[in-house]
Amino acid sequence: MRNLVFLLQKEFRQIFRNPTILRMILIMPIMQLIVIPLAADYEIKHISISVVDQDHSTYSSKLVNKMTASGYFQLVEYTQSYAQATKTVGDGKTDLILTIPVHFERDLIKFNKAQLHLAADAVNGVRAGLGTAYAAQMIGDFNREIREEWMLLPKFNEMPQIEITSANWYNPHFDYHLFMVPGILAILVTMVGAFLTALNIVAEKEVGTIEQINVTPLKKHEFILGKLIPFWVLGMVSITLGMIVTFVIFRFLPVGSFFTIYAFSAVYMFGVLGIGLLISTFADTQQQATLFAFFCMMVFILLGGLYTPIESMPEWAQWLTRINPPAYFIKIIRAVYIKGSAFSDLIPEFLVMIAFAVGFNALAVFNYRKRSA
Amino acid sequence: MTKSVIHTEGLTRKFGDFVAVNAITFDVKEGEIFGFLGANGAGKTTAMRILCGLLEPTSGKASVAGYDVYRQNEEIKKHIGYMSQKFSLYENLTVRENIQFFGGIYGLTRKELREKTAVLIERLGLNQEADKLVGSLPLGWKQKIAFSVAILHRPKVVFLDEPTGGVDPITRRQFWDMIYEAAHEGITVFVTTHYMDEAEYCDRVSIMVDGSIAALDTPSGLKKQFQAESMDEVFLQLARGAKRGE
Amino acid sequence: MKTFVAFIRKEFWHVLRDTRSLVILLGLPVVMMILFGFALSSEVKNSNVAILDYSNDDASRLLIDRIDQSQYFSVKERLKTEAEIERVFRRGEARLVVIFPQNFQEDLSHTNQVQVRFIGDASDPNTSNIVINYASSIFRDYQNELNEQKKLPYTIETETRMLYNPQLKSSYNFVPGVMTLILMLLGAMMTSVSIVKEKETGTMEILLVSPMRPLLVVLSKAVPYLFLCFIDVVIILLLAIFLLDMPIRGSLPLLLAESLLFILTTLSLGLLVSAVVDSQQTAMFLSLVGFLMPALVFSGFMFPIENMPLPLQIVSNIVPTKWYYSIVRAIMVKGLGFSYVAKQTLILAVMTVVYLTVAIRKFKIRLA
Repeated sequence: MRNLVFLLQKEFRQIFRNPTILRMILIMPIMQLIVIPLAADYEIKHISISVVDQDHSTYSSKLVNKMTASGYFQLVEYTQSYAQATKTVGDGKTDLILTIPVHFERDLIKFNKAQLHLAADAVNGVRAGLGTAYAAQMIGDFNREIREEWMLLPKFNEMPQIEITSANWYNPHFDYHLFMVPGILAILVTMVGAFLTALNIVAEKEVGTIEQINVTPLKKHEFILGKLIPFWVLGMVSITLGMIVTFVIFRFLPVGSFFTIYAFSAVYMFGVLGIGLLISTFADTQQQATLFAFFCMMVFILLGGLYTPIESMPEWAQWLTRINPPAYFIKIIRAVYIKGSAFSDLIPEFLVMIAFAVGFNALAVFNYRKRSA
Repeated sequence: MTKSVIHTEGLTRKFGDFVAVNAITFDVKEGEIFGFLGANGAGKTTAMRILCGLLEPTSGKASVAGYDVYRQNEEIKKHIGYMSQKFSLYENLTVRENIQFFGGIYGLTRKELREKTAVLIERLGLNQEADKLVGSLPLGWKQKIAFSVAILHRPKVVFLDEPTGGVDPITRRQFWDMIYEAAHEGITVFVTTHYMDEAEYCDRVSIMVDGSIAALDTPSGLKKQFQAESMDEVFLQLARGAKRGE
Repeated sequence: MKTFVAFIRKEFWHVLRDTRSLVILLGLPVVMMILFGFALSSEVKNSNVAILDYSNDDASRLLIDRIDQSQYFSVKERLKTEAEIERVFRRGEARLVVIFPQNFQEDLSHTNQVQVRFIGDASDPNTSNIVINYASSIFRDYQNELNEQKKLPYTIETETRMLYNPQLKSSYNFVPGVMTLILMLLGAMMTSVSIVKEKETGTMEILLVSPMRPLLVVLSKAVPYLFLCFIDVVIILLLAIFLLDMPIRGSLPLLLAESLLFILTTLSLGLLVSAVVDSQQTAMFLSLVGFLMPALVFSGFMFPIENMPLPLQIVSNIVPTKWYYSIVRAIMVKGLGFSYVAKQTLILAVMTVVYLTVAIRKFKIRLA
């Protein structure tokens, strides 16, 4: 206990003298929380469209007007040559080509049927899919308007119709930031915790001070606790800072309670520090530690459900997410922030968090041999 | 007859097939300055790490300050001081903070710490620098502070691993004065060095070649035995026969 | 020149002897390619659905069955009251609740009009959107089956073609992204950390008193990473072709040449960092925040650049990753020639020269 006090005193002194650590816990949250959510806007807007109008009829121009008036599409080119439009796609200046063939209007009136062609730059599949879907929807609307105009459909239903109403809970305006920001908050503390702990311990190895510590009567667990506690405090500081930044920039406050967030963070942080500790046992140099930590973070984050839903992963990857602490934490922080989940809703997750904290630290301590064999 | 503080008998350490330390046997007496010489790779550091309780031996017996290296290595750590060739204080702590930290984990009380720190800083003439970061001090000073910290808790033995590497001759001289002073106060000094003139300052010297102790005597005894003018010559004669290179 | 070669050899030994790091440096691209290629997709599959069925008749049961059998959904829970919806969402047990009204089938067949309600957990807005769309289409299909007999006049048919990527594979997006990220990691971060390490431990001074020109000492440290970078590029391309079935449409030599240019860009960035900072931790932190994060954010492989607010779009222009990313996409995916990427190439070349000049000047001041 006494030794721990001396160790903690020493660690905190060193932390406050290390500009990098301070920068890391101050700048990282601000940078990440400002840049990533602004950048990570998956809502597909500003789809540029080239129209190849070979018909030049009243209805072809009506269609084009409808498309551009919608606000979804930006008309970048209005031409007669499909080849010209393909070149524009090649240059990356347009996403979508709508071709209105010759006799579009005539065919529609005469044969009850007309064709349109859509071609999308599908290098970005999601964008292409959504772009064509929007366009198809708009063409469908256009089609219906024409029918109504020409046939005067009866107002009552002759055919069975299922009317679907949908409600979007928790985020009715589809605010993507509301989704991303809590997730990034979770990633943030994970990175701060794992990188700092790993680097700090390995730095002692690299400089050689750990050798000096090893010949003192300090106990293994004292040394480890002396490292974990300061970084645990830093982690809690960093999540607090993150929440403040979140509030200042985005005006988001958790719908659930701060107590739930802190309770989970407190346990999760120990798990993360355990990961950092484990990394440090495998690395002899800070360069190695950086690399290992980066590798782990990359895999954790990609498999964490931050960007892509976990349930659409294949079986083996889903299994991996089950032993991936950030996956749980991202889910928890989102649930508390957005849905206001209470502690009692998340008890199973809490037990998992405890298991991670105990597991990773046990593994690290097991690996950290004070007496090199 | 003074009692021995370090005692080894057939102490051996293997790494796989490689025998780093091969059945070495020696005794170091209380208050003695014991020089531990050998070319790079001769096994000095391994032997020293075993005696400090950092490494378990493969076979043989060894005890330090009366404690067995196999079973009581944690006990050993309480009664030794250690200073490695790599500078091992915290560069981003001040002189005073380093003293307090290491003193603290060796179990000195706050009151003792305050007193000892004051005495030490006074004795080293570091009044101006006491609250400067250790990293900003010249190497010679750092080494002197490191040594003072290593004997702060009055250990039975202090292990010095090439303590004067890269230090200028004047500082080295001052450093050895500190070693004599410590020995005078009853602290046994176990020191490895590259400098043969330093070997002359030791009470007794052992020279390791290829993991074994090739010679062990007082400096004058060794010179007589090898009919040499200086320790340099003794060392060269022995080292020439070595099989392990650098 | 001879000493330079000797130095390079020494640096190679350093890098090659550290097998643990080497495994990760060569394994990271493989792992990322596998994860992106097989594990991650923004498609939505197997979403959990909870059902609140007030009618419990043949029609509703049939629809529930269809939802469950669709690859997009699995029906996890049957609710009794609307009060339960909150609990299901808060525990994250379902993404969508489908509510059938009372007398679903009866109303459908007698009044031709019936209302179904979907409630999505929009805390993940995109997924919720997609899930609701999929669910709607199941109901629409059912409705169309009922209406099958009737045919509507004045129909506009739309034929859709996907250019360059007919199967809408996501690999076309992430492969260039993975390349930029890995090269930033190796070229900028690892190089700068390894150089700064020598500064930190003081071994730099020993190297500098050797008969080599100080600048060459520093450069020789970058050479092994240049090779490693190149190997990683080749690994990624091989995986793309053979594992992900993604042919290189354009010229391979051109692609490799452009990659080499980008590697030089990242290495000069690494040199620049190592010229400016003194501690490994700072170098690491700077690379993380300054290069790797932008590489993730601005290379457009996770987030569409077009969507970013204007200030960020402007910032993205000064990040080299964006330009390399667009070069790789143009050559690899679209099969375009040099003339299409000349502008990006020039920009990268200018960036490289600028970084390198600044780095060399900084080093000269420091090392002189």
